[in-house]
Amino acid sequence: MSEDMSAYPLRLEGDDVPMVRFMNVTKSYGALVVLDSLDLDVAAGEMVSVIGPSGSGKTTVLRMLMTLETINGGVIYVDGQPLTHMEKNGVLVPASEKHLRKMRADIGMCFQHFNLFPHMTAVENCMEAPVHVLGLSKKEARERSLELLQMVGLEDKVDQHPSRLSGGQQQRVAIARALAMRPKVMLFDEVTSALDPEVIGEVTNVIRELVDKHNLTMLMVTHQMGFAKEISDRVCFFFGGKIEEQGSPDELFGNPQKERTQQFLSAVMEAG
Amino acid sequence: MGFDWRWDFTFEILPRLLLATLNTLLAAGLGYAIAVVLGLVLALAQRTPSRVLTRAVREVVEFIRSTPLVLQIFFVYYVGPQFGIRLSPWTSGMIAIGLHYASYLSEVYRGGLESVPKGQWEAARALNFSTARTYFRIIIPQALPPSLAGMGNYLVGIFKDTPMLSVIGVAELMHTANAIGSESYRFLEPYTLVGVIFLLISLPTAALIRVFESWVRKKLGLI
Amino acid sequence: MSYFEYLAEFGPRFVDGTIITALQTVLAAVLAIFIAFVAGLMRMSPNPLIRGIATVYIEIFRGTSLLVQLYWIFFVLPLFGITLEKFTAGFVAVGMNLGAYGAELVRGGILSVPRGQWEAALALNMSPTKRMIRIIFPQALLNMLPPWGNLLIELLKGTALVSLISVSDLMFEAKQINSTTFLSIQAFGTALVIYYVMARFAITPFMRWLERFMSRKLGRA
Repeated sequence: MSEDMSAYPLRLEGDDVPMVRFMNVTKSYGALVVLDSLDLDVAAGEMVSVIGPSGSGKTTVLRMLMTLETINGGVIYVDGQPLTHMEKNGVLVPASEKHLRKMRADIGMCFQHFNLFPHMTAVENCMEAPVHVLGLSKKEARERSLELLQMVGLEDKVDQHPSRLSGGQQQRVAIARALAMRPKVMLFDEVTSALDPEVIGEVTNVIRELVDKHNLTMLMVTHQMGFAKEISDRVCFFFGGKIEEQGSPDELFGNPQKERTQQFLSAVMEAG
Repeated sequence: MGFDWRWDFTFEILPRLLLATLNTLLAAGLGYAIAVVLGLVLALAQRTPSRVLTRAVREVVEFIRSTPLVLQIFFVYYVGPQFGIRLSPWTSGMIAIGLHYASYLSEVYRGGLESVPKGQWEAARALNFSTARTYFRIIIPQALPPSLAGMGNYLVGIFKDTPMLSVIGVAELMHTANAIGSESYRFLEPYTLVGVIFLLISLPTAALIRVFESWVRKKLGLI
Repeated sequence: MSYFEYLAEFGPRFVDGTIITALQTVLAAVLAIFIAFVAGLMRMSPNPLIRGIATVYIEIFRGTSLLVQLYWIFFVLPLFGITLEKFTAGFVAVGMNLGAYGAELVRGGILSVPRGQWEAALALNMSPTKRMIRIIFPQALLNMLPPWGNLLIELLKGTALVSLISVSDLMFEAKQINSTTFLSIQAFGTALVIYYVMARFAITPFMRWLERFMSRKLGRA
């Protein structure tokens, strides 16, 4: 695929540079197009929820931003800098691993299945990357981790291995682990989907506190419409690899314009 | 000749056999050390993005695994001199047995590495670990416990295969028993003692390996 | 001497050796399968004596080396009045050794059949023998086929040791040819390739075919 890269700026400049910009981003697996020419901006400090039926490409948006997936077309920018590409002799070329490692420092992610490291305790999970990626001293990393574990309400579980923790507790450790890297952008990929109903609140409370007290840019894929409505600055409804409709929670949930949005929302509301 | 176990002869040859047992253990230990390291290289070589390398290493591993070790021992020992390289029995024996078991262990490692969930790689990536650090801190510690049973089996396996080294004259247990047999024309005692010595070492070792395995799991907090 | 000339001269001897190796493999396999089923079932017996005998057999043959067992059977057994000719001693040793490993596969295969199958057969008032033969065995057999494929390759490799008691198998021929020509790469290399071909293009495809055949029979394909 040869795309004319001159259409994309080497970096974004000006007063209103978004924290994240997807510019004409396409992702496909063979003939299957998962995302089709996606354009999406997320402003600094904004909380954007991504909803939609399964297979609509919503999780792929987060995975591309975390560079877990490569893209087939377009460019993603983070904090004005190209993420998926880098400048070489005045043009954008696909990013090297070195460039990706530099850029990934700004992004943190929490997964549906937590993906905690099972052979490390809660605090070791949180310390591992600050010590070995950021180069913090063990003491510093431990202090930072303990502070975060306290924030998520797990100060009494710091020395437990994941196998001794409930799903809700594991997900809170995962959030602390991601925050310990001090990212500018946090990604939440269906973080409550694998949890028992009675512990979902533990996790959503933590995210709520993040929104209230910290100036993080956040992107959240979720099936919990009530939580998305309460917490988001903006909600994007994905359908068939495109943003079908987006707007403030009140607009999108209260007065959806597109038929597909209405159908999806009524189906979800009916289900519970 | 009838069945007559001679205890005086038994005690006469026992010290010699026990001394040879040390050589057997040394051969097994050295061979295993080579296999453990080389096996990891063979396993990791099959995980590189290069399709050609993966395919080539796979074929080599398959070839080594499906041909007899005793023939490989001969091959390594006799092929050198054809090119003017003379390898001692010990050196060629260690190369052959190390390589043979490396190919087995590479399969064990491969299984272990593949058993680590994909999410662990993604979490390591999201935390910005380098590939090397991801392997050593995250993936290998988790791939280890499921590999331990297989690794233990092959430790006992390599020990039991060391008698084959006698064919090129490595002075291990079997070689010594053969020598005693041809000097004294008595086979009952030396061959039976060799069998007993093997049993007395391999059975407790197998049991110890199982204990070690559960100890490692506990140590890593996996149970 | 080119490799072509080499093969023209020694090819027939490699073929002879290969035939002996194939014979040893088939005979040892038949014996190993028989022993594996007998010892495997004995290990699951409720009678501690029967279980004990099987356990001792399995532990002895798995706990010592095939080469030790081969020498013992060939050189020591005659002292007890049992003299086996070298060809027989060869496949008997290999078969008895691999049979001990096979017994564990049989046991594992039977244990892998879900408990519900036993209970269903019991609920239909089948006799213990019927339960085993009609219900459990066919399923167990299919489950244990893949590891048997590996075991048969181990068995083929094991037969190379019979050359050490002068059975003129492939390994033996290779050694003999090597000691007259000193062309070691040719002698041992050719033998290695033949063993590889037997494992990869005879045993493996045969086991695959057997698996497909069995799963069709059991309606799982």
